[in-house]
Amino acid sequence: MKRLFLRFLILVVTTGLLFTSSCSKEGGDTIKVGEFASLTGKEATFGQSSHEGTLLAIEEINAAGGVLGKKLQLLTEDTQSKSGESATVVNKLVSRDGAVAILGEVASTRSLEAAPICQQSKIPMISPSSTNPKVTETGDFIFRVCFIDPFQGTVMANFASKSLKAGKVAVFTDVKSDYSKGLAKFFKEQFVKNGGQIVAELDFNGGDKDFKAQLTAIKAANPDAVFVPGYYTDAALIAIQARQLGLNVPLLGGDGWESEKLTEIGKDAVEGHYFSTHYHPDVGSDLSKRFVDNYRKRWSGKNPDALAACAYDSALVLADAIKRAATTDGTRVRDALATTKDFKAVTGNITINAQRDASKAAVILQVKGGKFKYLETVEP
Amino acid sequence: MTEFFQQLINGLALGAIYALIALGYTMVYGVLRFINFAHSDVLMLGAFAAYFLAPVVQSAGTGASVFSAIFIVVIAAAICAVIGMLIEFLAYRPLRQRPKLTVLITAIGVSLFIEFTGQHKAVFGANTKPFPKLLPESTINFGAVSMQSNDVVILLFTALLLAGLWLVIQHTRTGMAMRAVSFNEKAAVLMGVNINRIISFTFGLGSALAAVAGIFYAMRSPGIDPLMGMKPGLYAFVAAVIGGIGNLPGAALGGLLLGLLETFAGGIPGVSNYRDGIAFAILIVILLFKPAGLLGRIQPEKV
Repeated sequence: MKRLFLRFLILVVTTGLLFTSSCSKEGGDTIKVGEFASLTGKEATFGQSSHEGTLLAIEEINAAGGVLGKKLQLLTEDTQSKSGESATVVNKLVSRDGAVAILGEVASTRSLEAAPICQQSKIPMISPSSTNPKVTETGDFIFRVCFIDPFQGTVMANFASKSLKAGKVAVFTDVKSDYSKGLAKFFKEQFVKNGGQIVAELDFNGGDKDFKAQLTAIKAANPDAVFVPGYYTDAALIAIQARQLGLNVPLLGGDGWESEKLTEIGKDAVEGHYFSTHYHPDVGSDLSKRFVDNYRKRWSGKNPDALAACAYDSALVLADAIKRAATTDGTRVRDALATTKDFKAVTGNITINAQRDASKAAVILQVKGGKFKYLETVEP
Repeated sequence: MTEFFQQLINGLALGAIYALIALGYTMVYGVLRFINFAHSDVLMLGAFAAYFLAPVVQSAGTGASVFSAIFIVVIAAAICAVIGMLIEFLAYRPLRQRPKLTVLITAIGVSLFIEFTGQHKAVFGANTKPFPKLLPESTINFGAVSMQSNDVVILLFTALLLAGLWLVIQHTRTGMAMRAVSFNEKAAVLMGVNINRIISFTFGLGSALAAVAGIFYAMRSPGIDPLMGMKPGLYAFVAAVIGGIGNLPGAALGGLLLGLLETFAGGIPGVSNYRDGIAFAILIVILLFKPAGLLGRIQPEKV
């Protein structure tokens, strides 16, 4: 019995080795770029928008002749909006598929899962829109092309105290999400610095359906506004139940709110609320206008959101770095990425700073008539 | 004080839903002595049935009205009753004579199968879907305490269903047969009870209640997805155990208790994150002092 088991084990190991070695052949006439995104699940629209943006960028780069004389090949993996899945798929992209760089994710929790793997394998990773500072702190191979939450939290805190003239604010945090916890922390710090008062702090778990208990407690604290740094599904249900309980104050959110699902689920309950994000098609350069046109053409009339734009930029920044490095070697590409300066991108000019973050402006949008209306741009 | 009453209303409405689900767990336990973990997924299927039925029914009739809502709920409950009976027929009946553990594991398998099939693109997809309005909604205000018309409907309807269920089990021949099977399976067979038919009926009844609970749950927070049954399912299971598994009034009591506990714990800043933990801590404490659950001994009648 023991021998049989041993034989079986040997068989498994050898077939496994054969399989990996045949798959990870380097070279060829394409450059493999790995992408991991939440194409399904709770934050599905994040992954879908990002994927559409990334794919558009890759197709445009290839149409213009590719990079280093080779075409880029995008390998996409779905994280299903679940924890644990990102590590699995990124491991596969890096060790089995031989991706030279990794693009993704939107949710900070999932980027944080994949980052150590890329760091260890010395494969550069660019997150298009994870805003938690911890993501790039993982190591020197991890980059992002968006702003970080200390900035986003400050922007919304200033908006609450200056534009909304709110003195008392309640904060309602998703304790399951690094993004939400980080954003809540930086919002609170700035809001208190502005002389405001945090009157209630309550928690929920992403994916909850019933928020009435916490919202009742928030209502009892009588705030002028409520900061809800969650993702769109939860935010929409929170807005509905807040309205049912007669909590009729503005709700504020971050870039996690940006999805057509917010208005689809929340309907009139999300009307009038505000959130900050990376980009709005109404403002921006000629580059942005061209991006919007091409995106609409490619994806049958769909309007791009901020996450699509950030993902598009992440692919462009990567292609630019590979070009400057003149090789796909991980360390050389990393060095090229780190010296990205004034790169003209859709969401603004990208300069990668010493923390490997991009310092960019934020926009504040308001939900009006089921659409996201541009209010103002805040420079860093 | 206002906050207290508001939380009381929130908790009762949530508890009523848990109670409805708990009845299904406890009935199946009564006749088969095992926990049907797929019950929480039948709840999800009920909500999805209503999601697909509502546009059809409402466009044929007068939009969201009481009549169309009842129609939708009845059809969804009927669909889920059939699904419940099918699950029993396909997955549990062939294992009837096997150890209970086998059936229990199968139940977990059925549950995962439904959840992950539901998440497939070709079925429901994993995205959260907006649940349509089934009834015209309004808010009733008592001073600063506000109550949704939906919550009133949920509470009244749950009370009605509980009373109906009690009548079925205590005053019909089928109900008597259910109690007989629960009391002693072999003796019931000898007395001429068709055991397969009774077990099918129990599954159908429990699944219909789960469908109604699923629709109520979706009416309170109108975003549904294939995993929406997991949390209320878990809570209802705990409610059934707290009340004394196999005991119908116990399940209802346990459901209300848990709904209130979750709501009151959730309303305390700093504690709101630990409400699930608190609910389970209470479960442990109750079982330490009353191992059969709150009503597990006082009420020997089981189904």
